[in-house]
Amino acid sequence: MNECIENTGFRPRIAAFFCNWCTYGGADLAGVNRLQYPADFRVVRLPCTGRMNPEFVLHAFRQGADGVWVSGCHPGDCHYIAGNMYARRRFTMLKELLEYAGLDPGRLHFSWISSAEAEKFQRTAKDVIEAVRALGPVDAADAATKTMVMELRKVI
Amino acid sequence: MKARAEKIREIAKRLLQEGRVDVVIGYTRGSSPMREQPFFARTPEQADQLTWSSFCVGNTAKSLVQAARAGERAGVVAQGCASRNVAGLIVEKQVDRDKVVVIGVPCLGMVDFRKVEAQIARSEGRRVETVEEDGEELVVRGRGFEKRLKRKELLRDNCFTCQHRNPVLADELAAEPTAETGGGDIDKVAAPWEKFPAADRWARFRETFQDCIRCYACRDACPLCYCKTCFVDDARPQWLGKTQDMTDIASFHLMRAFHCAGRCTDCGACESACPQGLKMRRLTSKIEKDIRELYGYSAGMDVQAVPPMASFRPDDSDDFIKQGGEQ
Repeated sequence: MNECIENTGFRPRIAAFFCNWCTYGGADLAGVNRLQYPADFRVVRLPCTGRMNPEFVLHAFRQGADGVWVSGCHPGDCHYIAGNMYARRRFTMLKELLEYAGLDPGRLHFSWISSAEAEKFQRTAKDVIEAVRALGPVDAADAATKTMVMELRKVI
Repeated sequence: MKARAEKIREIAKRLLQEGRVDVVIGYTRGSSPMREQPFFARTPEQADQLTWSSFCVGNTAKSLVQAARAGERAGVVAQGCASRNVAGLIVEKQVDRDKVVVIGVPCLGMVDFRKVEAQIARSEGRRVETVEEDGEELVVRGRGFEKRLKRKELLRDNCFTCQHRNPVLADELAAEPTAETGGGDIDKVAAPWEKFPAADRWARFRETFQDCIRCYACRDACPLCYCKTCFVDDARPQWLGKTQDMTDIASFHLMRAFHCAGRCTDCGACESACPQGLKMRRLTSKIEKDIRELYGYSAGMDVQAVPPMASFRPDDSDDFIKQGGEQ
């Protein structure tokens, strides 16, 4: 708990999309094992990473996320046989496209975590949160050089 | 060009007379110069209105979907890029191969009317009234001026880097095959922002797309965009708003480009249709470059092909995905 409580600095909001069968289970196991990590991400449970519509990523940024994290089964472990294999190609294209258009690579993360890898879940969660935290709040950047996520964010 | 137009009319007439097709989709003279428009010839007489020029910048494959949905057998006038889109539509099962007759036109590249206008100084109020083609030259006339311009210098950007000018798929040919490429090096001009640091790329994106008025002409001209309900029109969930704010403009163009992955033939119909003159190929060329380099695929070259985004290999690269071996 200490880690979660002690941090009084910038707490990023990260949208996390987890596959029901692997990473979501991994997160569950991490919880059961009382493994600790900062609670800076909100989880959206997907049936499979193959369900991941690239539009979800943009939508999360529009709705105010500082970072997005997508995680699912290791290749070959998909509950639906190959959903994550198709997803992998889609993620590759999406990541390339967004970075090409100026997205900071530290704001978009992908991982493969199985439901048995609680420790890996903890480690990856810390990595992802740390990477987004290091970039700071989206709108703290110099307004003269507007960033992609800054302008994607919908001002209501 | 005239010889091509005559041959197209001749083939179209024959197909319609023999009853092999219900309609021939091609181009006819536009109501303003340098803007040929799509044309559906349903009778041999109507086939006389078909034409071919340096300004057939749309993509006839777009209209083919329409004919296919109506259950019509269609003849389609197609140069290299459009024929690849026809093949793509067959791959994606939007069009039945047996119901299409492709009238292939070996293409010499299409001319960008904006480049012509720049040459005759449209800004000074001069307007092009007629354009006559004379071999490799265009004779541009308007009130009080006549100018001879070289076609080669006025080609659209995508025609300059064209890799397949001859139809990939053709049941009839309207001319002898021509040189296969446009001469430009696609790998040199594709993905122009790659050389900039991340911070500058967004500025480039902004500069390229900020004038977008969200008219969706690019979508409506694109032969890949045949969905009955486009994601931009979805209301539940509403993926993106209708405004001209950067958030909606960016979302639209990023997703539009993404949807073209592994399917775009670089026909340039989007850029030609854009009333604002946006260069959306700066974005789509990046995607197609990645598809070529990562998955070794060029869209529309083979009607038997499996599209790259609908398939996978066990050893596809995933260096960017955290694997967790590291402690």
